[in-house]
Amino acid sequence: MGGSLRELRPTLVWALIGVIFTLFAPSVLQLFTIINLTTAIALAVLALSLALVWGYGGILCFGQVAFFGLGAYAYTIGAINFGGSTWAILVAVMVASAFAAALGYFIFYGRVSDVYLGVITLTVTLILYSLIRRTSGPEYKIGNALLGGFNGVSSPPLNAPWDARAILFPEQVFYVAMAALIILYVFVGWLVTTHFGRVCVAIRENETRAELLGYDTRLYKLGIFTIGAGVAAIGGVLFCNGVGRVTPDVFSLYNAALTIIWVIVGGRGTLIGPIGATFGLFYLTASLGGQSVFNNNLVLGIILILFVLLVPKGVAPTLIDWTRRRSRPAGRERRRRRARPEGGA
Amino acid sequence: MDQVAALVIQLAYGVANLALISLGLAIIFGMMRVINLAHGEFLMLGGYTVVVATNNGVNLWIAMLILAPLVVGVIGVVVERLLIRWLYGRMVDTLLATWGLSLLLIGIVTSIFGASTATTVSVPIGVIRIGEYSVSGYDLFLIGVTLGLLGAVYAVLKLTKLGLVARGTMQNAEMASALGVSTSRIYMITFGLGAAVTGLAGGLLAPVTGVLPTIGATYIAKAFITVISGGASILAGTAAGSVLLGLVNGIFSFLTGPTFGEVALLLAAIVLLRLMPRGITGRFFRKSL
Repeated sequence: MGGSLRELRPTLVWALIGVIFTLFAPSVLQLFTIINLTTAIALAVLALSLALVWGYGGILCFGQVAFFGLGAYAYTIGAINFGGSTWAILVAVMVASAFAAALGYFIFYGRVSDVYLGVITLTVTLILYSLIRRTSGPEYKIGNALLGGFNGVSSPPLNAPWDARAILFPEQVFYVAMAALIILYVFVGWLVTTHFGRVCVAIRENETRAELLGYDTRLYKLGIFTIGAGVAAIGGVLFCNGVGRVTPDVFSLYNAALTIIWVIVGGRGTLIGPIGATFGLFYLTASLGGQSVFNNNLVLGIILILFVLLVPKGVAPTLIDWTRRRSRPAGRERRRRRARPEGGA
Repeated sequence: MDQVAALVIQLAYGVANLALISLGLAIIFGMMRVINLAHGEFLMLGGYTVVVATNNGVNLWIAMLILAPLVVGVIGVVVERLLIRWLYGRMVDTLLATWGLSLLLIGIVTSIFGASTATTVSVPIGVIRIGEYSVSGYDLFLIGVTLGLLGAVYAVLKLTKLGLVARGTMQNAEMASALGVSTSRIYMITFGLGAAVTGLAGGLLAPVTGVLPTIGATYIAKAFITVISGGASILAGTAAGSVLLGLVNGIFSFLTGPTFGEVALLLAAIVLLRLMPRGITGRFFRKSL
């Protein structure tokens, strides 16, 4: 049971804009920009996953990058061992979802509260970071893939489905990434209008009430958490294709903070907001570059504090509120004018 | 026998280390139910205070034991007045704001001191020999300081007027304020004291770990897990959490090497929280401090 088409209309409009952008971007932009953009798209998929889990599920997951990074590592290790990317993508999604399901079982069935949940997911991420950083010796290998510790592993590029020799060019990877983002965006947009999605929103609004109505809130939370992890894993697959390798830095505190900032800035309860914020902040941090006076930490810290204190809803919901407030009197005016008899003025 | 003694000291140091890095966090969490995500950066600031002070000719012991807690405590009070105070009752927003603060502090320190290690200080106490084995004297000193610190916090909470008022506020803030206690001031003092204890810990650990703007990240995972496993009571929670997790970490590190010690610590904590979602002191020793 999905939502009506009318409800999905804004989602489809944004998806259409995305499709048009995808078709024209490679002929307008330089190859360098296209490759950079692929990385930003991968991060946007990560933002989308947290927008689902936090914005709609109300689950304060500070460690969404854990699933993103696990996806990237699982893809890379899978692709090295299988000698092709087709199954590796599937493995990446499975590994991240299974990990999320196991972690989620302990968190949701233990009925750990909001704040604890955020801290636990963050801790899991940081411990993965320090664990994988230590795997630099030759004894740490999975199949043929050395984990490489601090330096990470270089990721085999995507290839056409079931044809390991047909390796995709950067431009084609861009198309794949954009297609993945658009499809996942529509999928998540649809998911939140289904019965499942609505129950998740109800739990976000009032967990006790949802439970009294007979829903097993633990199961629904576990479900949306696991789906979110799968989406994040696809982001991870795209990310290591955009960058060319995967390092333990995907699990770093900085990246975990960044994910939260995209959703805060973009706005909880929308999907396009966090995606837009990802692209915006990606170009902001890229333009700040490596200089150390106005470094990324400083700027992102200020942004996060200012948004929490002054714009707690985020950009997209604030804009929506503002345009509604602006258009409502205008709409009444129009209706009144239409109601007047013709030629009466 | 000597080996057992060395191992016991090593385990005790692991436990004391966890308690030392977590105590400031536990004070703030226990009193205000605020998890300070900038905790790691408070530790980092304590370390930088020591390095900067000793580079300017201050005696190392004065820098570690007096200047570090003083500087970070003042920073804590300023942070509470400028940032945390607006967000009481909004736990999620407090978390996010302190995370922003964490990034901001890393950013500021990077702007001032650069991204790499500042000149470090060397460990002030040499090696002590137990038969064939040698133990770091500084580790023993840190165990002592941790015990002393726990005792001091106990004494402040149990024996002073401030401690009494603070415990009252902790149990029922509205009732305390109805009886004429300025809860806002209590929160400010608590946050400052928590920050000062954290600064002291950071200063004491600076000779062992060195200082970096991003060093906070190496502490916070363990500190968070200890405080959450311990639960809301400040001393019993910190003690119980750090004994349990410190032993798990120490024993697994001894058996399998340091790589899996932290993983074992995390797994133990997650299983523990499945069984006791409010931490150890949410189930046992509920009336304790």
